[in-house]
Amino acid sequence: MKRTIIGFAIAAAFLASAPVFAGKTLDSIKQKGQVACGVHTGLAGFSQADSQGNWSGIDVDYCKALAAAVLGDASKVKYVPLTAAQRFTALQSGEIDVLSRNTTWTLTRDASLGINFVGVTYYDGQGFLVPVKSKVKSAKSMKGATVCVQSGTTTEKNMTDYSRANKLDLKPVVFEKIEAATGAYFSGRCAAFTTDASGLASVRNKEAKNPADHVILPELISKEPLGPAVRRGDDEWFAIAKWTLFGLIESEEYGITQANVDKMAAESTDPVIMRITGKSEDTGKLLGLDKDWMVKAVKAVGNYGEMFERNVGPKTALNLPRGLNNQWNKGGLQYAPPIR
Amino acid sequence: MKRRSWIRKNLFADWKSGSVTVFFLLVALVYVPRLLDWALFGAVFAPNVDACQAARGTGACWGVIVEKWRLIIFGRYPFDEQWRPALATVLLLGLLFASCIRRFWSAWLAPAWVIVWALFFWLMRGGAGLTPTPSDLWGGLPLTIMLSTIAIALAFPLSIFVALGRRSRLPAIRTICTVYIELIRGVPLISILFMASFLFPLFMPVGKSPDVLLRVIAGLTLFWAAYLAEIVRGGLQAIPKGHLEAADSLGLTYWQAQRKVVLPQALAIVVPAMVNNFIAIFKDTSLVTIVSLYELTGSLGLALNSDANWRPFKIEGYLFIAAVYFTFCFAMSRYSLWIEKQVAHDR
Amino acid sequence: MRRRSASRSWSWRSQAFRGLVWQVVAVLLVGLAAWYLGHNTLENMRARGIKSGFDFLFGPAGFDIGESLVKYDALDPVWKAFLVGLLNTLRVAIVGIVLATLLGVALGIGRFSKNALLRGLCYAYTETFRNIPILLQLLFWYLVFTEILPPVNEPVTLGTTFFLSKGGFSFPWWIDGVWSVPTPGAFSMDGGATATPEFMAVLLGLVFYTAAFIGEVVRAGIAAVPKGQVEAASSLGLPRGLQVRKVILPQAMRVIIPPLTNQYLNLTKNSSLAVAIGYPDVVSIATTTLNNTGRAVECISIIMLVYLTTSLSTAALMNWYNKRMAIRER
Repeated sequence: MKRTIIGFAIAAAFLASAPVFAGKTLDSIKQKGQVACGVHTGLAGFSQADSQGNWSGIDVDYCKALAAAVLGDASKVKYVPLTAAQRFTALQSGEIDVLSRNTTWTLTRDASLGINFVGVTYYDGQGFLVPVKSKVKSAKSMKGATVCVQSGTTTEKNMTDYSRANKLDLKPVVFEKIEAATGAYFSGRCAAFTTDASGLASVRNKEAKNPADHVILPELISKEPLGPAVRRGDDEWFAIAKWTLFGLIESEEYGITQANVDKMAAESTDPVIMRITGKSEDTGKLLGLDKDWMVKAVKAVGNYGEMFERNVGPKTALNLPRGLNNQWNKGGLQYAPPIR
Repeated sequence: MKRRSWIRKNLFADWKSGSVTVFFLLVALVYVPRLLDWALFGAVFAPNVDACQAARGTGACWGVIVEKWRLIIFGRYPFDEQWRPALATVLLLGLLFASCIRRFWSAWLAPAWVIVWALFFWLMRGGAGLTPTPSDLWGGLPLTIMLSTIAIALAFPLSIFVALGRRSRLPAIRTICTVYIELIRGVPLISILFMASFLFPLFMPVGKSPDVLLRVIAGLTLFWAAYLAEIVRGGLQAIPKGHLEAADSLGLTYWQAQRKVVLPQALAIVVPAMVNNFIAIFKDTSLVTIVSLYELTGSLGLALNSDANWRPFKIEGYLFIAAVYFTFCFAMSRYSLWIEKQVAHDR
Repeated sequence: MRRRSASRSWSWRSQAFRGLVWQVVAVLLVGLAAWYLGHNTLENMRARGIKSGFDFLFGPAGFDIGESLVKYDALDPVWKAFLVGLLNTLRVAIVGIVLATLLGVALGIGRFSKNALLRGLCYAYTETFRNIPILLQLLFWYLVFTEILPPVNEPVTLGTTFFLSKGGFSFPWWIDGVWSVPTPGAFSMDGGATATPEFMAVLLGLVFYTAAFIGEVVRAGIAAVPKGQVEAASSLGLPRGLQVRKVILPQAMRVIIPPLTNQYLNLTKNSSLAVAIGYPDVVSIATTTLNNTGRAVECISIIMLVYLTTSLSTAALMNWYNKRMAIRER
């Protein structure tokens, strides 16, 4: 019996050389009429559902922009909420078409998980959240402290590196779900909670009883470029996902906004804007999309700057400064390759 | 007079028994008033955060239940549509209740199951006149009851085949069934759920993987079928060999003999053990919260973790859903006792 | 007899032939399903360049673990992290089995007490604890520990050397050849040994839950001892305690052991729920590794293998004990 199964497994290994279909993601999306987008189960500012099941956040806006560019309708998104542990298999297996769930771009993930990162929607760094009353001013003074972490993230490893480098002997308490980790932190089980600084801001504002009772320590202990990812093996879909993001960033650079995009498309004589809006060159055709794909995307969610301001910027509860996420010509890192 | 002798016999039979009674009475005298104070007299029943905060440590805050009960019971299901899961659950519970009572055991029970399930899914999913509600918004008690009922309804027939297979004279079939049962019974349910939730999509062609709810149901079914099969096997073993030989000599085929002679007897024997296992199934659906389906346990976390004002009163929340689980499980265990008596009576 | 002779002639309608067909069909179906799933998995992995294999076990783990019975460092290989997780699982399972047995036996015997109050309490305990899901109980105990206990820098002192706080239960312990007594530090207890709230919550949850079932098993075992045995024992003038120890329990054991084995196995398997409250058991280590390396199939297989081995060896051990008990009876 066992031998039979092993025999079949070996046969399977040989038979697995049949050609795989590549470039089919776009077709299947058009056929299904919706983009399946993997999002966070609930992280204010990034992806969060209200009680009616309406999703919002910067990660969600990217999904909407993608749906608008591909299908012409930002509401044609199927949101699949995923835990950190579920996200990669969900993408690998085709349960979702794109993973937009503040995921850190690392070499290991790029090279061994069978996924491709599209770009960076948010430049972040890992930090620590501590109660004000603990009087901790610097992460380096937390010797021997217990720290609550969510499993399945780059966070655990970063913290270990930092703890070793500074001889801090930090003790992690690792939870499967973020609610459990923050719950344990707020009950006082841990001296600190660690995740990306944006996530800390989100947790502090949404979940702390009084946000002023908790402080994010100044040290950022890692680089966390967060961005969407797609499945490997479909370069056409990879290109669409990549250039939708670049398009949103470049739109901001050239001042194309949700409000003025129609006017710009109709009247602008700036050659760059005419290219982005599909007025002069048909970049959409090269990607397998409509000519005005970028116009639809910007009309749906605004440009990158508008996405940032609406969801996480200084005017929102999260109150995150633009910082590294400003345009390259304004002192930030957001630099999109040109659409041409 | 009678009462006094009962007290003497049961509470003060000898000095040991007497001192135990006195000890418990003293403990009760100290702690029961405190407990009552906390749970009733000092408790806050109004959904008022400030009053709850003020009573912290001295009185329970049942206001948290008043405030959040809809979120706890129905999870993320859209607020305005919550009458649908409520109605669906009531229908399903009615069906289950009817199926448990002898008077209703008749031919129309089968179509009733089909109709009620169809109604249940129509109400939950929407469509055909109702707003469509995707399955990832289902949660709370309806999900708990749905998952356990489907798991039971599917695992039970499967388990009969597996149990027969394990007792089969055909070596290959016997091996397959034995390996299946022992493998499944050797691993924790959560590993099966991880497999259904994280791994299974990898086993299927790209984009062909079913919805996570379906995968979890399949996982639960396969898991419990192995346990139920062992119970059924116990019943099969209790059937005297002579019955099978008699069936054989009447010229019945294997399946005829099983269906008409063996199974009716074997299943009657194992009914109480079966119902006890149903309790376990019901309780263990709470594990699906670990793979992010928000059934009752998960929806409590959902309701309270994200709300800083009410989060400190999670203990009251846990006590509330513990009471819900207890009600269902206790009712089932009473039913199991009753049916045990019925079975004993019938013999 | 007619049937048997017919089966040798290999006719279409013979039982043996039909049996063969059934078996071939079953093997084919199972094989086909295994092939289909295996084929898809390999195909998916190949198409997306997902790495597979167990080589990751020998790379550095790169993450710390909150509590460990052996010396463990983040630079140790992944297999050692798994070992730490396994030891954590076994630790909570073994301590849990011992405590649950003690409590369970007490509950089971208590059900036969002359005192109605004690009987009632044991019954109420059993019904309450076994009718509430174990996961809920674990979460509840963890909440109690983290919510009610004082912060780690102002612990409750029991004596002068025992401390109880959100950091856990700290007690003096033999470390590197000397008694090390814990002292409260700013963020943790310095010196001594500490049982973390995660460990204690898992332990308490498992013990209280399983004890209710063990109590039922013991009660059924005792109830199965014929009344005459007890009457004979009391007519010999044996005191009640001796009756229980020398007459009732040894006989009840034969009935008790098989279902008791099941309860031990359940406790061990239920310890996997520790992952929900942050106790670093083998499941927790496996999910962390799964996310660091992306080897989902391998990590879940390891979990299953660990529990399968533990279950089968516990079952074997209890079977051996059961046999020994049975022989001595005769």
